[in-house]
Amino acid sequence: MLAEMTAEARRQVEICNACRYCEGYCSVFPAIHRQRVFSDAEITQLANLCHNCRGCYYACQYTEPHQFALNVPQALADVRQASWRDCAWPRAFADAFERSGVVIAVVLTLAITLLFALVQALQPASGEGFYTYMSHGVMVTLFAPAFLAPLFAIAMGLRTYWRAVGGGSLTIGDLWSACRAAGTMTNLSGGHGDGCNFEDEDRYSNSRRWFHQATLYGFLLCFASTSAGTVLHYGFGQEAPYGLFSLPKLFGVPGGLLLCAGTAGLAWLKLKADRALGAQRAWNGEMAFVLLLFFVGASGLVLYAATGTSAVPALLALHLGAVLAFFLLTPYSKMAHGFYRLAALAKDAAEARHRAG
Amino acid sequence: MLNPQQRYDLLIAGGGNAALCAAITAAEAGASVLVLETAPKPYRGGNSRHTRNFRCMHSGPQGVLTDAYSEDEYFDDLLKVTKGKTDEALARMTIHASEACYGWMEARGVRFQPSLSGTLSLSRTNAFFLGGGKALMNAYYRTAEALGVEIAYEAKVTHLEHDGQHIARVEAEIDGERAAFAPRAVVVASGGFQADLDWLAEAWGPAARNFLIRGTPYNRGVVLRDLLNQGVQTVGDPTQCHAVAIDGRAPKFDGGIVTRLDCVPFSIVVNKHGERFYDEGEDVWPKRYAIWGRLIANQPDQVGYAIIDRTSLRLFMPSVFPPVEADTIEGLGQQLSLPNVKLRETVDAFNAACGPGDFHPTELDGLSTTGLEPPKTNWARPIVEPPFYGYELRPGVTFTYLGLKVDARAQVQGPQRPVENLWAAGEIMAGSILGQGYLAGFGMTIGTVFGRIAGEEAAHYAC
Repeated sequence: MLAEMTAEARRQVEICNACRYCEGYCSVFPAIHRQRVFSDAEITQLANLCHNCRGCYYACQYTEPHQFALNVPQALADVRQASWRDCAWPRAFADAFERSGVVIAVVLTLAITLLFALVQALQPASGEGFYTYMSHGVMVTLFAPAFLAPLFAIAMGLRTYWRAVGGGSLTIGDLWSACRAAGTMTNLSGGHGDGCNFEDEDRYSNSRRWFHQATLYGFLLCFASTSAGTVLHYGFGQEAPYGLFSLPKLFGVPGGLLLCAGTAGLAWLKLKADRALGAQRAWNGEMAFVLLLFFVGASGLVLYAATGTSAVPALLALHLGAVLAFFLLTPYSKMAHGFYRLAALAKDAAEARHRAG
Repeated sequence: MLNPQQRYDLLIAGGGNAALCAAITAAEAGASVLVLETAPKPYRGGNSRHTRNFRCMHSGPQGVLTDAYSEDEYFDDLLKVTKGKTDEALARMTIHASEACYGWMEARGVRFQPSLSGTLSLSRTNAFFLGGGKALMNAYYRTAEALGVEIAYEAKVTHLEHDGQHIARVEAEIDGERAAFAPRAVVVASGGFQADLDWLAEAWGPAARNFLIRGTPYNRGVVLRDLLNQGVQTVGDPTQCHAVAIDGRAPKFDGGIVTRLDCVPFSIVVNKHGERFYDEGEDVWPKRYAIWGRLIANQPDQVGYAIIDRTSLRLFMPSVFPPVEADTIEGLGQQLSLPNVKLRETVDAFNAACGPGDFHPTELDGLSTTGLEPPKTNWARPIVEPPFYGYELRPGVTFTYLGLKVDARAQVQGPQRPVENLWAAGEIMAGSILGQGYLAGFGMTIGTVFGRIAGEEAAHYAC
């Protein structure tokens, strides 16, 4: 399947290479215009460099009904999706990408059920806050492996990806440049700063860029919140619950709000956008993933708001179940895109460094 | 929706750059505007959708434009390509007005980008549209719709009733239904007639039926012909069209920019009998591609074949279709259906005529054949390193020169006096300024400048 999709993407980018009108939109076209022939590795790299901003589609004089039938955002999205599937480790889980929506629902249900069962079965004799319902020891036993194992799987996937695209050695500068491009979403700026053509045909808009950044930074703040809690717990002997003006809450509350706003916005845009300009088979999975992230953020906020009420045990099971599902699915859901995208941006930066000599 | 009973201030025939510039200008001045575009929505914008830049005068760096480009230098460039076939007053007015267009376009949603890779020579003179002409048209349609301009697609203007003084009635076919309008003012911006092969054949003879049309199939000159029949004054040679040598495998219509082939200076070009017929290395390609359109049009079956070897493949922009490839000249000839023995002779004679010297692909290197007829006067290197590559070349028509005569206010001239309420903009009147040849990006400049003037004049007249 990847082979057919790669062949179609190659046909399309060869036409782009004879045209070049889209050069200023993003990093993909300059990368195309530097080549003459496109190996499978180069097509995979281009696919992962593409942010699906769709500027090139609406500007294209060769979209259907023209016989050249260009739809570059879709062709690259298909290759991108298939490349993640091919990189998935262990191989047996690769199919999760294809049925991601269903998989997400099933894993989420199972994770929540598990958490309910744990809250029921292993309620500690004593403890404060959450720990009234689930001891710190149980949480760590469950989440430490659930966090580390997917990270290992992602690392294995990235290794496969790096070999597939023929990546060489990277410098700190390359990584920094990739993080900066992701951190500002340069590739969704449209080249002129007016944004991309996502939710309303050829109208430029920064909505997707801002909603994506709210999601990204919201997620990072939530992650920082958990990390701060861990440090306080082990380093300073300060245990949860934390007050509103503690680091975990100062990171976590705005983080949760941003995550909810960002994911809600992304889901809304996704409903308005033309599905034929993305990987159509992946739409359900992508939507389910966005909703899962929303659920993680929202359930965390509600849990905090419900502090001290009788709803806490149920909300705790819902929130931790969602977090567990999210961690476990990271290598096999849309979450994987962040890692592969960074790899593609880093490779692009390394190539720029080599050209500069 | 569209209401034929309504009396529009302005009706515009056409939906490309000039038409939309007129529509936006008139609507901004308060006019009610109806645009009738022949093409369906995906193909709206006429030949403008295939363009990539406009030529812009500027006194210092402006946006993506580097350095300066003065009115005199611009006019000199125009004189060189037209060999004097221009109207100096109109040309200078257009050039002068181009400077203000940049900001006007940006304010109406057009976005620019630096000169594309492979086009560095234009970075000073031409401002490139980000995404190309279709993105520009998208921006203009959005702007026009926001101003309340009504737009009908698949709406073909069939007749403008000229009563000797003004246009009294406009007849059209919209979605296959006949409709008639009585607008206060009319702008015609419906392009040339290059997509009407019968009309081309009248001027060129039956060979024209083998021409490829690089742009839209909707420029059939219906409005132009209708006005000619009513005695409106014309300019431009009715028998001439601008044709360039393009990839022979391009679609009949709408192949656009990607069908260009830049391999000729590094090749030998033979006709279907395997014979060379012109100096492939006479000058750099940007100065020769138009001549080659005509040269190939004059060969049997209007076809030529450019042949290169391995050493030249990367010296020019990639082609949209991969070249035909073979390890021997005979193998290549077979695949291109050329007479093998003759082709071998032609290549051998050429190779034998190549002499020593330094090869410089980016400048006239004087590396010439000796004793060969016709000679190749630059970049003459023997074709000996397999694999060998071949490209079929055919003439691709870009535009026609015959158009409506207008004055500096874009007003159309009737048999005796100006038509009171009729203005023209874009390709339909470009012959007034561009009587011969072509200057990259000048068509879009004429369309923008005259579109704005026509819109302003029409709104002033009607409101």
